[in-house]
Amino acid sequence: MRTIRIIPCLDVDEGRVVKGVRFLDLVDAGDPSKLARAYDEEGADELVFLDITASSGNREIILDVVERTASQVFIPLTVGGGIRTVEDARKILRNGADKVAINSQAVARPALISEIAGEFGSQCVVVAIDAKHVLNGSGDISDQNSWEVYVKGGRVPTAIDVLKWATECQERGAGELLITSMDRDGTKAGYDIDLMREISSLVTVPIIASGGVGEPEDFLIGAREGKADGLLAASVFHFGECSISQVKKYLLDNEIMVRL
Amino acid sequence: MLAVIDYKIGNLQSAQKAFEFLGAKSCLTSDIQVIERASGIVLPGVGAFGKCMDSLEQSGLIPHILKQIARGVPFLGICIGFQLLFESSEESPGKAGLGVIDGKVVKLPAGEKCPQMQWNRLSVLDPTNRLFTGIDTGSWMYFVHSYFPKPTKQECVIATCDYGTTVVSAVDCNNVFGVQFHPEKSGQNGLRLLSNFVDLCE
Repeated sequence: MRTIRIIPCLDVDEGRVVKGVRFLDLVDAGDPSKLARAYDEEGADELVFLDITASSGNREIILDVVERTASQVFIPLTVGGGIRTVEDARKILRNGADKVAINSQAVARPALISEIAGEFGSQCVVVAIDAKHVLNGSGDISDQNSWEVYVKGGRVPTAIDVLKWATECQERGAGELLITSMDRDGTKAGYDIDLMREISSLVTVPIIASGGVGEPEDFLIGAREGKADGLLAASVFHFGECSISQVKKYLLDNEIMVRL
Repeated sequence: MLAVIDYKIGNLQSAQKAFEFLGAKSCLTSDIQVIERASGIVLPGVGAFGKCMDSLEQSGLIPHILKQIARGVPFLGICIGFQLLFESSEESPGKAGLGVIDGKVVKLPAGEKCPQMQWNRLSVLDPTNRLFTGIDTGSWMYFVHSYFPKPTKQECVIATCDYGTTVVSAVDCNNVFGVQFHPEKSGQNGLRLLSNFVDLCE
């Protein structure tokens, strides 16, 4: 039985959740571990923390956040951001994360994927891929089924083909792919279904769809047509535009299996 | 005191954190004296069968763990710690497991996403089993695995899940328990299972 996971994502800067969080009556909605607990109670199947701390001197702060969260929340936790070496991954996992997500560093040095997988197992390694359609000279999408990998938080194009990269990530030992459509991110126009479907058909590891979700129907299309195994969202949950339980009920009503 | 076996592979802390949360006396340890005095032993772990078995062998703890099992001390294997109880695995041909339970570990069927990395519902075959007190059939647990054990003796299987085939998800062979899912990552249901294990160690 295939069950779809609903995954809220929290951006964490120097130990604080950024992008305002308006749902729930939390005393401190900026505390990632408190929010994690709230999402757990609401029925999240898994959590992703993305450490966007710019200053490398403050990178250790996330370890404390992970430790506090993992001592109280007993669902899978993925942590990404700033992981460059096996030792970086080890610290994150030691503090209670179950998986690490790597993105720019995997592109810069693809061997990092196999190094972490070799040390901790493939199930620990999520490769996050930021994908964007290639545009032609007049600014139109040149090929509906072609995307380029971007790195450094989506700022830097790499000329690497997303589908080729996704396949390589799996071959190198990634246990899961987190695919973000930069064309859709923040638009609330729904996931990039073509992108998700293409990658799903290429790889056997689970894929998590990210970027663009605006309403419960978008989650349904992501699972049904995009063939995603996990559905990630940030702002729709943070701002209470839809609740996790509401999304799950909608999916169940439409015969997509989720944990309730 | 519960001994959570530290055999120097990745990500062993989660189970220990869950026991701490439950208020159970437990420690992550590779100390022989602690293991020999423990009221219960937990073997957690993620990773490949061969590599984990190598680490366990290098730890020098195997004879002590086996001695405790033979004495009747309750034992709980989680995920790869469950698979290591068997004789061998298709994942690492030629590598012998602990052989505490007869049978071998086989790959999940083709045609399903591999690994199974998701929540799945348990079919509890033996609701009277002490490990499942308060955990009904249909309860959700979190799975991450590409292989699963096939015990020779079916009567020790106490729970299964459905993933393209019937996947053995929990066994009880006298004092030796094993679960394929991660109770330490399965929310309230998983915490209840760990708490049941703590109770039966007393």
